[in-house]
Amino acid sequence: MITVQKLTKRYRNQIVLNLERLEIPKGQSFGLVGNNGAGKTTFFSLILDLIRPTTGYIVNNDVRVDTSEAWKPFTSSFIDETFLIGYLTPEEYFYFIGELRNRNKADVDALLSKFDNFFHGEILGQKKYLRDLSKGNQKKAGIVASFIGNPEVVILDEPFANLDPTTQIRLKGIVKDLTDNTNTTVLISSHDLIHVTEVCERIVVLDKGEMVKDIQTSTETLQELERFFAT
Amino acid sequence: MFKYFISLQWKSFFRSASLGKGLALKILMFFFGIYMIVSLILAGSGLFFLLQKIFPGADPLLKLSEFMPYWLLTELFIRYFMQKLPVMEVKPLLALPIKKSTITHYILGRSGLSFYNFMGLFLFVPFAIVLLVQGYPFLNVGFWLLSVVFLVLMVNYINFIINKNDKALIILAVILIALYTLEYFTILPITSYGGKIFYAFYEYQSLFIIPLSLSFLAYLINYRFLRKKIFLDASLGKKTKKAITSDLAWTKHFGSIAPFLQLDLRMIWRNKRTKTQVFLSLAMILYGLVFYTMDDFALTSSMMVFAGIFITGIFLANFGQFVPAWDSAYYSMLMSQNIPLRKYLESKAGLISFSVVIMFLLSIPYVYFGWQALAINFSAALYNLGVNIPVILLFGSLNKKRIDLDKSAFSNMQGMGAAQFLVIIPLLGLPVVVFALLKFLTSFEVGLMAMASLGLLGFVLRKRLLDGITELYRKKKYGMIAGFKEKNS
Repeated sequence: MITVQKLTKRYRNQIVLNLERLEIPKGQSFGLVGNNGAGKTTFFSLILDLIRPTTGYIVNNDVRVDTSEAWKPFTSSFIDETFLIGYLTPEEYFYFIGELRNRNKADVDALLSKFDNFFHGEILGQKKYLRDLSKGNQKKAGIVASFIGNPEVVILDEPFANLDPTTQIRLKGIVKDLTDNTNTTVLISSHDLIHVTEVCERIVVLDKGEMVKDIQTSTETLQELERFFAT
Repeated sequence: MFKYFISLQWKSFFRSASLGKGLALKILMFFFGIYMIVSLILAGSGLFFLLQKIFPGADPLLKLSEFMPYWLLTELFIRYFMQKLPVMEVKPLLALPIKKSTITHYILGRSGLSFYNFMGLFLFVPFAIVLLVQGYPFLNVGFWLLSVVFLVLMVNYINFIINKNDKALIILAVILIALYTLEYFTILPITSYGGKIFYAFYEYQSLFIIPLSLSFLAYLINYRFLRKKIFLDASLGKKTKKAITSDLAWTKHFGSIAPFLQLDLRMIWRNKRTKTQVFLSLAMILYGLVFYTMDDFALTSSMMVFAGIFITGIFLANFGQFVPAWDSAYYSMLMSQNIPLRKYLESKAGLISFSVVIMFLLSIPYVYFGWQALAINFSAALYNLGVNIPVILLFGSLNKKRIDLDKSAFSNMQGMGAAQFLVIIPLLGLPVVVFALLKFLTSFEVGLMAMASLGLLGFVLRKRLLDGITELYRKKKYGMIAGFKEKNS
């Protein structure tokens, strides 16, 4: 689904990302871990063509992302709160995203009804603008918005951060459901090793922009990761 | 303790975003500030002689004293809308080992040093100096000035009281209306009483104790009020407004640009800065009166063309120059979403076109000054629609400065850059030059026709022009995303 070729990103003389080759097959749940500054968000921003690669390129489903926009209809993402439009209510935001992805109100409502549990009654019908919601609730809205329109690729940057425990557990269920029952490719980055190992089939560790580990998740993975980050 | 506060203040000023702006803008604002101060000082020094001339035989100080109540009221009025107590800034201090009373004194004390308090001084100090030169006794003038300073401080603190407390606002309003009524029906000549009172500050030095205690009282009320409120949930909490929603179903008539149109309308209506922008634009329609009533310009002069472009295009200029910066807070989302950039720009162009039409319709009453006024405004509107809309969108591609929507538009320079000043030249200058040239060579009518035809031509070519602009936006995408992320630019 996503192929990375000789990708580097350099700011002045500092290389922040250097991936020789990386292939993420369709339907995989892909986890990205690494300390601050490892290049996780840079990598996601490159996939979304929000920053320009210094060398190399990324191909998303046969579309080279920095030359064509044809990847947009089947790719969706939630990177941070700047992906939300603060002066809209959550409903308006969902409908707006739906509109962009050719889904009418009824379609969006049908999708949202599946997330009642996840929203925990704190998102819909609150008569509040997104800018006035708490960080956690903003995140919930953003994550669900990224599921609108059956995207083939979903990119979530730190989806577990700021969420309360109940919601974290529910989110894990949602992501598992997404990769088990549909052919959606899910890319997740996280600082929480337990969550990623539970959710992702494959985990890549970045360190200072380099890929240092590429693991198919097994029962030993968590220990392996903990050992890596402890040293 | 206060030493630390002062150094905090110092840093907050010199490290503030507004000081880190582009050099050109800094210089411009600096000169504007100097200009304001110099004009106040000049007004202050000329005031004595002016009053002497208008009211021959009367003591200018007495006359000024009569105006003092009005000055203070005007100051209060301006402050009520513009000056707010910066309570939010002390939030980080709350958890530190500083007494709450100290924090309260800090907030109130520093407001005493706000710019608004010096506005009056730039006027009254030169006036007082002139008084001294004219031989008024030093001690009396000094204490009069001191009284004025304390009265200004009193206004400063009264403003915060009425800003926070609607009851106080109503009481004050009732008192003022009552006084005005008494004056109006000549039951009590309030103005001359006011004059006598202010003059008394000059005559009897010891009276300055009254303004002193009044300002002290206002401070004290503020202190007691504020001290109770320095808690996160009282005054420091974020105020959330209840969302009022409407589905704007009528925009569906506009087809595929409807979702963006809805977004823009909601943005304009739900954010402070855009909302004031709309009201300012609507108010600017009255600006035409200034031009039409000027005797120096004929109704067919180029100045009127300037006025026409200005009136029908004020929203175009105000709103259009910050496309796409209005969407800066979520621009990276827009760029990664399934959005055809073309549709995005079309919707902006549609919204601005709508505003031009509205402004033209509002300007129709100016036909009262002659049919030429209508003809000029009509061709100006056409020119705005056809040429200026693509031009302003084109300049938008140079926009890389973030805008925070919830800040007020008044004296808000955020998002300003050289491009915002440059754009004025083609926007206003070009049509005027075209018109003036053709009018000089042929006639008034031909000049207007040329302007209108340029507009129509632009309209015909709009598709092609928008294609080109879209391409430009696409090329500048990375720079815009990076620029809009910088909070303090």
